[in-house]
Amino acid sequence: MENINKSFPGVQALKNAYFELKRGEVHALVGENGAGKSTLMKILVGAYRKDSGRIVYKGKEVDIPNPRVAQEMGISMVFQELNLMPHLTVAQNIFIGREPKKKNIPIFLDDDEINKRTKELLDMLHLKVDPKVKVSELTVGKQQMVEIAKALSFNSEVIIFDEPTAALSEAETEELFSIIRKLKSQGIGIIYISHRLEELKQIADRVTVMRDGQYIGTENIENVTIDKIISMMVGREIYETLREKEVEEGAEIVLAVRNLRRGKILKNINFELRKGEILGFAGLIGAGRTELARAIFGADPINSGEIYVKSKKVNIKNPWDAIKHGIGYLSEDRKRYGLMPNLDVKTNIILPSMSEFLKALGFVDDKKAEKVSNEYVQRLKIRTPSIRQKVMNLSGGNQQKVVVAKWLLRNCDILIFDEPTRGIDVGAKNEIYKLINELIKEGKSIIMISSELPEILRMSHRIAVMCEGRITGILNSEEATEEKILKYATMYEDQKEVLI
Amino acid sequence: MVNKLSTIFSKSGLRQILMFASLFLLFTFFSIASPNFLTYENVVAILLATCVNGLLALGVTFVIITGGIDLSIGTVMTISSVMSGVFISFWKLPVFIGVLGGILTGTLAGFINGFVISKMKLPPFIATLGMMMIAKGLALVISGCKPIYFMDAPIFNKIAMGSIIGKIIPGIGEFPNAILWFILFIIIANILLNRTALGRYTFAIGSNEDAARLSGLNVDKWKIIIYSLCGTFVGIAGVIMASRLNSAQPALGQGYELDAIAAVVIGGTSLRGGEGSIIGTVIGALIMSTLTNGLRILSVPQEWQIVVSGIIVIGAVYLDMMRRSREI
Repeated sequence: MENINKSFPGVQALKNAYFELKRGEVHALVGENGAGKSTLMKILVGAYRKDSGRIVYKGKEVDIPNPRVAQEMGISMVFQELNLMPHLTVAQNIFIGREPKKKNIPIFLDDDEINKRTKELLDMLHLKVDPKVKVSELTVGKQQMVEIAKALSFNSEVIIFDEPTAALSEAETEELFSIIRKLKSQGIGIIYISHRLEELKQIADRVTVMRDGQYIGTENIENVTIDKIISMMVGREIYETLREKEVEEGAEIVLAVRNLRRGKILKNINFELRKGEILGFAGLIGAGRTELARAIFGADPINSGEIYVKSKKVNIKNPWDAIKHGIGYLSEDRKRYGLMPNLDVKTNIILPSMSEFLKALGFVDDKKAEKVSNEYVQRLKIRTPSIRQKVMNLSGGNQQKVVVAKWLLRNCDILIFDEPTRGIDVGAKNEIYKLINELIKEGKSIIMISSELPEILRMSHRIAVMCEGRITGILNSEEATEEKILKYATMYEDQKEVLI
Repeated sequence: MVNKLSTIFSKSGLRQILMFASLFLLFTFFSIASPNFLTYENVVAILLATCVNGLLALGVTFVIITGGIDLSIGTVMTISSVMSGVFISFWKLPVFIGVLGGILTGTLAGFINGFVISKMKLPPFIATLGMMMIAKGLALVISGCKPIYFMDAPIFNKIAMGSIIGKIIPGIGEFPNAILWFILFIIIANILLNRTALGRYTFAIGSNEDAARLSGLNVDKWKIIIYSLCGTFVGIAGVIMASRLNSAQPALGQGYELDAIAAVVIGGTSLRGGEGSIIGTVIGALIMSTLTNGLRILSVPQEWQIVVSGIIVIGAVYLDMMRRSREI
């Protein structure tokens, strides 16, 4: 792949990107979030179309207009965000679009055949899953394995793995690696996208680094250290914002959660948050962190359990109750749950506090609203040409600040940040960290849910790790390491297979 | 055998048992309430009354499982009847051409819906709302706002109202052919949805459209096919309707789409797509016509019958949602 360019509205995702893959090699592709790895790969599998550049496959320049063409050429991808149809069975998912027909009545699908062939594929992966089970009934880890089985079923010559181990336990990861080695020995080329750099030493032959949509370099894995890869990934701009204030001794407990349960999603959750503390929540996708935040915020119902704010038991039935008790939630999906993108900065900031800006007959006191929102724009250093700017025109980091502003205005002392730096660039990340530091200095308390371990490790005073809806461990910042967190994050209750 | 049992007691099987049970309860209730309800003639009347709504509901089930909606089915049915009338009574073409022409009118409307939705990227609600108005207007224009009668082709009326079974088995009395057509198309729809690629992709698109596309499905093409299929069922409903009334009524049809969608929804098909069944839709349609029929026999005024139907729609879907949320 040479000189690949791709723009989305507002961003150039790829600038002259380059990538090469040899037969029978495992080639790692690394870079920070937003570096363009997934975009480049999606172009290769026909999910996106390139704006310009050329793709040469087996010595010939090719055009890949859609996923079907890529599959027929022998290129398939195991996507990061799971790409299965939950209402269909495992076998139906694997053979979607190329179902064998019954021999006697050729318009009928032969489900016995796909179940049989799926069984063979799953056996190859040592996966004990019934092909006839609906995908929605499997755990995330199992779903990932089904995706892999699907890629294998194409007899592909190139298989792209996009962060395949992000949701897998250690044993499953080992299993995956042995499968990858087997594929490699059959001459299949593997592209391996991962954030876990230590994995690369185990599995990859070469590594290519991308940054800001550009090709940075390719190295043989034996000749390169992890530190070297990191410095290639982040360039000169290494961000190392740390938390700037420790929790005062004897600090008040502002939030306590006792025996919180919600069906199979949250099981017996207990934790405390102190004044001025950053409590990190780590865990794999689907561990129940966002669900916990939503439950505390009253966005989802709970079955049982108690929540205490400043030692007083509170009854939170909906977000309105939570806000009244000073709890603000910053959703991981800002555009969907956090902001009204079509409205301006001012309106977004004052909306939850609207009652304080009303004059007689329900008219809005615009002068006061402007004054207050201007104050917050200055205080949080929100970069916007005016408070009348529509929020959708701001950058991700500044959007995040608008959300913070609206909760601060509403006098929230407990802020739940859900993946606060997802999808924003390095500079903006630092701004968010600085903002969080400002907040704890003011005595606010923070719950920070994040899937980026370095971020959690640098910022949190304590780290709660979740797995399958339970808190499996709470670590102090001194004892916490990436390895320990991962150990707790994969502490599954039992390895019982889903069989019906 | 064990396999069969486990299917029956699986979640979707349980849902269908519950729906059968509610239909049975409804029947029992009306049978006790009125001696005129559980008679052969009345049961046949209920079945006959289900045919048109049922055929529309069969078609739109496919669309709803993809996560779409088709609001045009009521008036497209009308224009299909009108086109049959045009072919047979205006142009004096053979009846079978008239029937085919009527059905294909529905297919064409469905094709256009599918095209506008998948290629022009309009939301299904808007695209089919537009088609609803276009079909309504065209039906009036083509017919000159007057019913078209099939006086010169007496055989046309026999398509729905003849009684083949009554002839074969003399003791059985009147059993209109329309019901046989309905049963035939239930079987066809069930096979299409459960055993063919078309059905599989219908579920796939409704379950996760992006995943379906990334799996290499030509989602646009399949959507056009699915909307065309829905249109075909609608065209068949139009012909049956015209045959039953022995006339094409250009002013009839609007409102039928909502009855059909109600039947689908009562039958447990999710408007969010990804799940649904033909059997459910058939039971949903039967519940609606049983209710209308039973209330009429109990002399409940028609206005109130509509109110009760509305309550049943809300109640049925609410119960289904409650049951589903408990599964989590």
